[in-house]
Formats: sequence, C-alpha cells, structure tokens
Amino acid sequence: MSVAIIDYGSGNLRSAAKAFERAARETGFSNDIIVTDDPEKVRNASHIVLPGVGAYADCRAGLDAVTGMVDVLTEQVIKGGKPFFGICVGMQLMSTVGREFATTDGLDWVAGEVVAIEPNDPSLKIPHMGWNELVLDPAGKSHPVLNGISDGDHAYFVHSYHMHVSNPDQRLASVSYGGDLTAMIGRDNMIGTQFHPEKSQKTGLTIIGNFLGWKP
Amino acid sequence: MLKTRVIPCLDVKDGRVVKGVNFVDLVDAGDPVEQARIYDAEGADELCFLDITASSDNRDTIFDVVARTAEACFMPVTVGGGVRTLEDIRKLLLAGADKVSINTAAVKNPDFVREAARKFGSQCIVVSIDAKSTGPDRFEIFTHGGREPTGIDAVAFSKQMVEYGAGELLVTSMDRDGTQAGFNIPLTKTIADAVHVPVIASGGVGTLDHMVEGVRDAHASAVLAASIFHFGTYRIREVKDHMKAAGIPVREE
Repeated sequence: MSVAIIDYGSGNLRSAAKAFERAARETGFSNDIIVTDDPEKVRNASHIVLPGVGAYADCRAGLDAVTGMVDVLTEQVIKGGKPFFGICVGMQLMSTVGREFATTDGLDWVAGEVVAIEPNDPSLKIPHMGWNELVLDPAGKSHPVLNGISDGDHAYFVHSYHMHVSNPDQRLASVSYGGDLTAMIGRDNMIGTQFHPEKSQKTGLTIIGNFLGWKP
Repeated sequence: MLKTRVIPCLDVKDGRVVKGVNFVDLVDAGDPVEQARIYDAEGADELCFLDITASSDNRDTIFDVVARTAEACFMPVTVGGGVRTLEDIRKLLLAGADKVSINTAAVKNPDFVREAARKFGSQCIVVSIDAKSTGPDRFEIFTHGGREPTGIDAVAFSKQMVEYGAGELLVTSMDRDGTQAGFNIPLTKTIADAVHVPVIASGGVGTLDHMVEGVRDAHASAVLAASIFHFGTYRIREVKDHMKAAGIPVREE
C-alpha cells in the first residue's frame, strides 16, 4: 500500500505529505506516503493524490510537462479504478474546462467548468480565504470519505475560482459565500476538495483517513 | 459562512521565541513549535512567525522551526521577516510555510511582489503594510520598525500591491504597535475598503474590544496579535468568545 502525491511543480507538498502521514498513523493504515514526479511510481501506488495551487492553465501545463503522467493517471484512475484525491486546483483539473485567464481543457472526469467567483455581495473579498462551514449534499451525506463529517464542520479554503458541477449527484459538499460554492466533488473511485484538507485540522485529517481506508 | 480569523503571531529570533509567558503546560517556552502547538490546540485559525533574526549566519534557523511546525500543526502558517528574494520564498514554502509575508523588499522593489506572485501564486503572497497616520486622511508607509518615513502613500501602495498579485494584506498600525491602544481604525478601514483582497489588522491590540473594532469598524477579515497571546493576557478562546458575543462569526471547534 502506498500513496503517491504527484509532484508536478505546483506548490509545497510537504504539508500535504505530513498530513497524509499523520492520518495514516492515526487510522492504522500502513501506507507509505511518497511525493513523486515518476509516472511508474504513480502506476504502482494504491492511492493517488493530485494537489495543486496557482492558476488552472499553469497547473494543466505543469501536469502535461511530466512525460507520461496524464496517461498513467487515466489508465490507473479511469480504467484501473484506483482511489484518487484531487486537492484545490488538483480538484479543479478533474473538470471539463477551466476559464481562468484562458480557456483550458481539464481531465474531464467530472463534467463541469471552473469559473471566477462572483459573489452576490460586492463587499465579500476575493480570494475566498479562510475557514468556512461545509454543507453536505445528498450525495455527500452517504459518501464513505465523508464519514464522521457533519454540516457545519469547518474547512480551510483559499481560491478565486470555483467549479460548477454539471451533474448534482457528483457534488458532495458546498459552502456559502455570496451564493454557494462547490467544496467537494466525487464519482466512482475519485474525490476532490476545493479546500485544503492538509490545512483543515481535524476535519481534514478525518477526510484523509477515510480516503486511505476507502474501497470504492 | 466564512469565519473571521484570529491569528497569533510569534516573534522568533535565532530559532527561539523572543518574548513569551511561561505557560505551565509548556516543556520549553522558548521553542516556537511548543507555542505553536498550544495555539493550535486553543483554536487559532492560522499561525504567523515573524523572524527577527539579525545575523545572516542564523537565518536558516527559521526553516527548522517551520518544518517542525508543519509536522505538528495542520493549519496555515505564514512566515515574515527577511523575505527578500524568490529563493527565500522557495525555501520557506519547501520547509512547510503556506504563505510568506513581504515587507521591506516590497517597498524597495514593488516588482518583486509581481515576480513572487507569478512564480508561486497569489495565494501564498502576503504583503505587509507598515503605516502611520501623518495627517487627516493621510497614511504613510514606514520602514525600519516604524522609524523611517518613506513618503509613500499607504493606500495607493496597497492598491498597487494587490494589482501586482498580493493575495492578502497585513496592515500594521505602526503608530499603535506595542501601545496596546488598539488598531489605527481609519488606516485599516481605508485600506480594507480600497482593495478586494482580505486585510489582516495588526498592531496595538490591548483589549478584547480592540479585536472586535478591527473587524466591525475597520472591516478587516482577520485580526493578528502577538503580545496579548505571548504574555497570556488573553487566550485565543477568550478572544473568539468575545468576538462571537459581538456578533462576529468565528470558528469554534
């Protein structure tokens, strides 16, 4: 059992790795946590994590720049059914298309598009930054990765763009910020969080722990 | 609903906490990581380290502090003090910092902020605005701990920094810092109302009401304080309880 956190030049992965290590210890899963840019190691992992910070197009370009990575992801996640976790822009990349600066194709695993946050209250700040309360969607209430998470639990967000999910059954949770924003998505063997579980204290560690024990 | 953040700041010199109260539950009160753990357990929403190490020989001590904190605390960590080059930022982020706060380097070379935001993303670039009132509706940037005037208008500079990619502004009332007389409300409010990014109010907190004023009157998205937490005047829980009673949404869990 090993968890591959994909390193494609997008931000600091140390805190993500530390959070997965802690959650693995606390939940008793003997998962090795590896941070890697090697598609072979991703192929051999039992769980795959795609983090990401910055702009959608930059992250997509960064992922494409790692030879063979998108192919291995498609093979292992779509065909192989391995548990997959996208974080922040890593979640956004699961969408059909991103409209940050330019229009950029996503992985198109979860139908939807990533657009600028436009709160209905002009006094609200952009980025949406800080702790917000999760509101679980019907699909989220029964999702194993959200076991132990309730409406009102706090998660840490920092983003200026958000995802419109085409199929409501594939949105697991939202938050309220001048309208509702997608907080978590999922289908089959894959989940994604707009928030940072590695920065969300107990809520985040619970979700990571559930993911490590998930048998989709 | 998005919650107002309460951020304790630790002043760190040569890898040690500069000032602080010896909480009975601390093994080593001088260890910033011990202090960070306490703040974490008490419900701090983020942590801030201000590195005031003077000697360049000891600058690396902060990396160890950040790395050890990242192993123990799963919340956002900002590091400020001496952030002057893209390499400084890269090393702090790799050590486990989530954001860096840029101060003097932004005043000396505003383009540095643009480069930093382009390279690492706006989400991790905080620009620290140290300012004083120098007349009615006149706010000026000061450097060197508030001793050196720059002639730069703080509001115009704040807007410029946001335009260059700062994801957040840390506005310190230098005419209030250390006085415990409360934030400079007109300064903080003028900047918070002029930019679309979150503003953290800092400098001068002495009472629980000051925290409320920073949000209610100065429109800050977060409040930062060092001394009142260091010296144990107030615990984080007390601050949050007081803010909640004043109708400000805070995270409680």
